[in-house]
Amino acid sequence: MIEGIFVEGLIYGIMVLGVFITYRILDFPDLTVDGSFPLGAAIMASLIVSGHNIFFALFAAFAGGVAAGVVTATIHNRLKVPNLLAGILTMTMLWSVNIRVMGNRANLPLLQNHTIITDIVAKTESFIPREYSILIFFFLVAMAIKIGLDIFFRTDMGLTLGALGNNQQMVISQGVNINLMKAIGVGLSNGLVAVSGAFAAQYQGFADVGLGTGIVVVGLASVMIGEFIYTSNKIWILTLRVLAGSIIYKAIMYLGRYYGYHIGLTPNDLKLLAGLLIIICLIIAQGKNSNNIFRRWKNDQA
Amino acid sequence: MIRLENIKKVFHEGTVNENTALKKINLTVKEGDFITIVGSNGAGKSTLFNTISGSFSPTNGQIFFNNENVTRMPEYRRAEFIGRIFQDPLLGTASNMSLEDNMMICNKKGFKGLRVSLNSRMRERFRNELKLLQMGLEDRMEHNLQLFSGGQRQALTLLMTVLSNPSLILLDEHTAALDPKNAAMVLELTDRFIRERKLTAMMITHNMSQAIKFGNRILMMHKGEIILDISGEEKKSLTVEGLVKKFYNVKHELLTNDEVLLSHE
Repeated sequence: MIEGIFVEGLIYGIMVLGVFITYRILDFPDLTVDGSFPLGAAIMASLIVSGHNIFFALFAAFAGGVAAGVVTATIHNRLKVPNLLAGILTMTMLWSVNIRVMGNRANLPLLQNHTIITDIVAKTESFIPREYSILIFFFLVAMAIKIGLDIFFRTDMGLTLGALGNNQQMVISQGVNINLMKAIGVGLSNGLVAVSGAFAAQYQGFADVGLGTGIVVVGLASVMIGEFIYTSNKIWILTLRVLAGSIIYKAIMYLGRYYGYHIGLTPNDLKLLAGLLIIICLIIAQGKNSNNIFRRWKNDQA
Repeated sequence: MIRLENIKKVFHEGTVNENTALKKINLTVKEGDFITIVGSNGAGKSTLFNTISGSFSPTNGQIFFNNENVTRMPEYRRAEFIGRIFQDPLLGTASNMSLEDNMMICNKKGFKGLRVSLNSRMRERFRNELKLLQMGLEDRMEHNLQLFSGGQRQALTLLMTVLSNPSLILLDEHTAALDPKNAAMVLELTDRFIRERKLTAMMITHNMSQAIKFGNRILMMHKGEIILDISGEEKKSLTVEGLVKKFYNVKHELLTNDEVLLSHE
């Protein structure tokens, strides 16, 4: 079971990296994620079912996610719509798109098909237990994406994206088209989210339109949990923290499912649990500021 | 070099809040000019800068840069030849990034590609450039900018702007948010850089004696118009009293804005 937590944490961690890019680096709260995660799953599943190459399908899922992100950024840039609303628009439209992609169905099972997971298991079954080969594979994938992002954020373009979330005026002053930069950043973010969705579909054995509901909250909670681990301004630590946060989040949810049973929690309560988790994170984060209630109270006592 | 023709800017046109910020401005800035601009609040000084830099386009009129019409050119493209420093020291640099990252971003204007340019050679260059400030910042290249003071950040923004070698520098009360000591330091640096590198600059200030002390040309703005434009020998012999008198002769009203009158040393 413990390796299940790690595998899910790593698969969803790719999505959390995407959420981290928009929320923390670009300061662009992006709700497209709720639509681009199942989009990745839908593209992957329908291409596998129709017999396409798995890597081609994975690339198509990434491209679909990028396109979704670019649509959100374009709505925001061209129509001067607040970024939250632009994301909601794209997310809503993606619901219909995802059903179309799966051939007018709300879900698509993959149990009969070759997926990246069945392939890997088939190749390594003779010498590694099934669970561990999957875990090692997703560890390598997540690390490769993490290292790729670390390098990207050291490039001139990556540094500029980092400044964009903090100070738009500065980036404009450097002669950079911030609309283009936002499209690149939000596109990249949703591309990663879609890849995460594509892996999730294969791991669970099906794609479903409802797969993305509340996924932004999962991503945000994971990012916030990660931030408690260690404070730094180095990008390789920030991305590592994101992956760790995602695994811890999955562990908490697992505990919620496993022990929550005793106090009458059902899987339907997990979204409530996720929301409460974010609220707790926010309260703790606020506690680190000087004007929090507890410290003020302590100062009064002193 | 830069020429404004009949620039007019009206905010909220056709509403009860209609406000004419600039009325028919005509201005030619020559290469090597260091122009100081004074005027009371609401005179249109910042609107003038926003129009030149392209933050918004004028209601009427045209802007030419080296005889090229740039009136419709977006702000980020004009930024390749116009450097601008704001009153808020936080606007010139990114707080959440290190000093060297900030210098890397400001190293070259225009589109940023996928190359990792920050290497030891670049760091060495930045170190030498930072020594020009004589503030010891060259030893703090890996620190995040939120750890730096407003004065240090403004000096840094100035340095990075100057190094990008812009054709025109717009200084929008860039020392007004600093304490007196830092303000004097940044102003000295500004004057030194502009003279040493023969830059073209326009500087808005609320301080009349500053406006008289620095630069080779002074503009006074009032209610959206340039009412005084003094340069050459006349500028050199100008005093605060002389400027107030000239204002009276032009407008036949007293310069009643306390801020303008009181803020000379």
